[in-house]
Amino acid sequence: MQMPEPDARVLSRKAQIVARLRGVLPADAVIEDAMETRAYECDALTAYRCPPLCAVLPSSTEEVAAVLTICHEEGVPVVPRGSGTSLAGGALPTADSVILGVARMNAVLETDYANRIIRVQTGRTNLSVTGAVEEGDFFYAPDPSSQLACAIAGNIAMNSGGAHCLKYGVTTNNLLGVTMVLMDGTVVELGGAHLDAGGLDLLGVICGSEGQLGVVTEATLRILRKPEGARPVLMGFAANEVAGECVSDIIKAGVLPVAIEFMDRPCIEATEAFAKAGYPMCEALLIVEVEGSEAEIAEQLGLILQIARRHNPVELREARDADEAARIWLGRKSAFGAMGQINDYMCLDGTIPVSALPQVLRRIGEMSKEFGLDVGNVFHAGDGNMHPLILFDANKPGDLELCERFGAEILKLCVEVGGCLTGEHGVGIEKRDLMTVQYTPEDLEVQMAVKDVFDPQWLLNPAKVFPLAASETRRAVAAE
Amino acid sequence: MRPETETELAEAIKTAQGPLHVRGGGTRAIGRTTGALLETGGLSGIVLYEPGALTLVARAGTPLAEIEAALEAEGQRLPFEPMDHRALLGTSGAPTVGGMAAANVSGPRRVQAGACRDYMLGVRFVDGAGRILRNGGRVMKNVTGYDLVKLMAGSWGTLGVLTEVAFKVLPKPEAVATVLLEGLEIGGAVTAMSAALGSPYDLTGAAHLPDGPEGTPRTLLRIEGFSDSVGYRAERLCAQFAARGPRVETDPERNAALWRDLRDVAPFHERAGDVWRISCKPSDAPALAARLGAEALLFDWGGGLIWALVPEGGDARARLGAFAGHATLVRGAAAVPVFQPEPAPVAALSAGLRARFDPRGILNPGLMA
Repeated sequence: MQMPEPDARVLSRKAQIVARLRGVLPADAVIEDAMETRAYECDALTAYRCPPLCAVLPSSTEEVAAVLTICHEEGVPVVPRGSGTSLAGGALPTADSVILGVARMNAVLETDYANRIIRVQTGRTNLSVTGAVEEGDFFYAPDPSSQLACAIAGNIAMNSGGAHCLKYGVTTNNLLGVTMVLMDGTVVELGGAHLDAGGLDLLGVICGSEGQLGVVTEATLRILRKPEGARPVLMGFAANEVAGECVSDIIKAGVLPVAIEFMDRPCIEATEAFAKAGYPMCEALLIVEVEGSEAEIAEQLGLILQIARRHNPVELREARDADEAARIWLGRKSAFGAMGQINDYMCLDGTIPVSALPQVLRRIGEMSKEFGLDVGNVFHAGDGNMHPLILFDANKPGDLELCERFGAEILKLCVEVGGCLTGEHGVGIEKRDLMTVQYTPEDLEVQMAVKDVFDPQWLLNPAKVFPLAASETRRAVAAE
Repeated sequence: MRPETETELAEAIKTAQGPLHVRGGGTRAIGRTTGALLETGGLSGIVLYEPGALTLVARAGTPLAEIEAALEAEGQRLPFEPMDHRALLGTSGAPTVGGMAAANVSGPRRVQAGACRDYMLGVRFVDGAGRILRNGGRVMKNVTGYDLVKLMAGSWGTLGVLTEVAFKVLPKPEAVATVLLEGLEIGGAVTAMSAALGSPYDLTGAAHLPDGPEGTPRTLLRIEGFSDSVGYRAERLCAQFAARGPRVETDPERNAALWRDLRDVAPFHERAGDVWRISCKPSDAPALAARLGAEALLFDWGGGLIWALVPEGGDARARLGAFAGHATLVRGAAAVPVFQPEPAPVAALSAGLRARFDPRGILNPGLMA
């Protein structure tokens, strides 16, 4: 993966830049020592690493504004960072960039049950937002798998999803307002506790803009009252196609489960060896979860099981108590770890129309043989958001490159059947060069024009999202 | 001009010599603009409908009625309950998909399900330079590049002319019930609606009419879903508001009429005066409403949306003063901006986007300014 050459003029002025940053931040909030900046050299896409020029850890919107003002004046690229859990390289630095970490900004600013909102600083982790409103029996709906660690800032940057977004939507559907600092230090407020924008929906553009338009320091989030209860059911099928049809029939029947998760045989086998959740050995497995009161759960599950039986399941397992429910989820939640036990893996997240599931799974199986790399599939089936996990050996020369080529072919297939490159992880550097598969040069041009408005010098996270060749002219102007 | 294809539309915009007034069905005549009429009605038809994938794609000029009929046949619907503006604005014609999307039109269910923009999966549009562009797609989760779908939703044709929109749709529930509370003051009603929306019973509507039937204030709490579930939740809500003598409406037809009237602001139909639409924090609603000096009020979204009928020509925004939210002059001749003026840094960003998407400033000029 290519990254732009660092700007020599920035590198040569490091001391001066660091000194200016120290002038506006507490001493321990500016990290420039080569050993310590190593902590910021990569995110969860660990195959690519580069220590930044320095890292700063501001504690307030004012401090963020001061940092950005300086970097703007000095012409230094800034890479915003939440918790560094991006699987797409969204927080990967370049040698000439300042990492702006929001980790110290983790306060709850306001909890308002009557208006069903919470306002937080964006360094707060996803799960601890729910933690802050649990005493009121409320929760924050988007639940990415990394929710224990990932920050709201990163959730907003990537428009993160999760297992339960079939019912509750993704980050953009649950974000009501932000305080954001533009690259030149200007602080803007968008949205708030009220619904919908009065003018252009800038909030909608910010969400998912991968830290390229501004640094979001505070967010107003929609919180929801917890349902009375939830219960999963596990179903095993003799073929991927059959499981796919079952998903489609459940959705058509008018039931809206909160989650429909899918695992294929390679993933089931790996998971069983690792977590011993007691899953049946079959070709495809679905976990469907519904919510409500006891009676409501029974009614919905009754209908779902009735539909499932029409597809001759090899296994139907209803959770009778919390313990059994936890066992059903255990395997699914350990799936990534289980695959990681076998080998290094690359996790993709292309999304496809649900109707294309059987076809795409079959084709991935064929490609797996062609490339000689194993793949396990575990994903959010209700909304077609796939997660093929390609296994490779990072210590074997050429294996990573082979894996990346295989991954690219899978993503092209997703686009071909009417889907997209990424459903919830973001483009980052990982899928940057595949953007031309999904979009025409003009489609990309108009997206880059949006960045021109928010960040005319292209200093914020500049080497991400767009193919380097497409953004080259704009980045070159910035370097002048 | 009434182009029949996307290419014709692009050509019309590219060769336009002056401002264009972009119009779908012409039923949502909000805001003021000038220019040669450019109608999208020629770009019509459902392109794709996959009920099992909850996805529908339609050309922008497709009449909404056609979409609703297709969805109805499969027991599905547009979850955001788009308002029909005709009776309130005194317009005629057929609302289109593109008009609804460009105005981000939602209804009472917005409070629970989300707005039109939350169900838009992808768009095709022609920008002010005549370029045919695409963003998003037809799948439910998509973070590939910037989300210009949201930007196009509610941009009122000022950034580009929509040619095709992909929607996520949802199943129509089996049953509906409305819990009716009579006699609450505005403050009490907002408190009651907040309590109900904050309950685990998943309300899909919470509205308050200060002048209900026979002049008695009426608060409406809607629940939808499977029959048994609706029955159970209605019972629980009644228990929660037992002191208010709640009544439950379960007749499907009467429920449909109740919520259609709220959605379309029926109490203001055929009444003179300016109509303002105010989006605010629900708990601010009673105090804001008191400042308006309104002849009639309607509260939706648990108080988060205030509809106000005020004497002609008055500036409701001036009466509201500074508040967190925005006010739109939906109907009236008041000499004030139709849309809420933005703070300078936000206005600069909006202006910058307009200049990039419509460099000649020919698409519905001045409409959102």
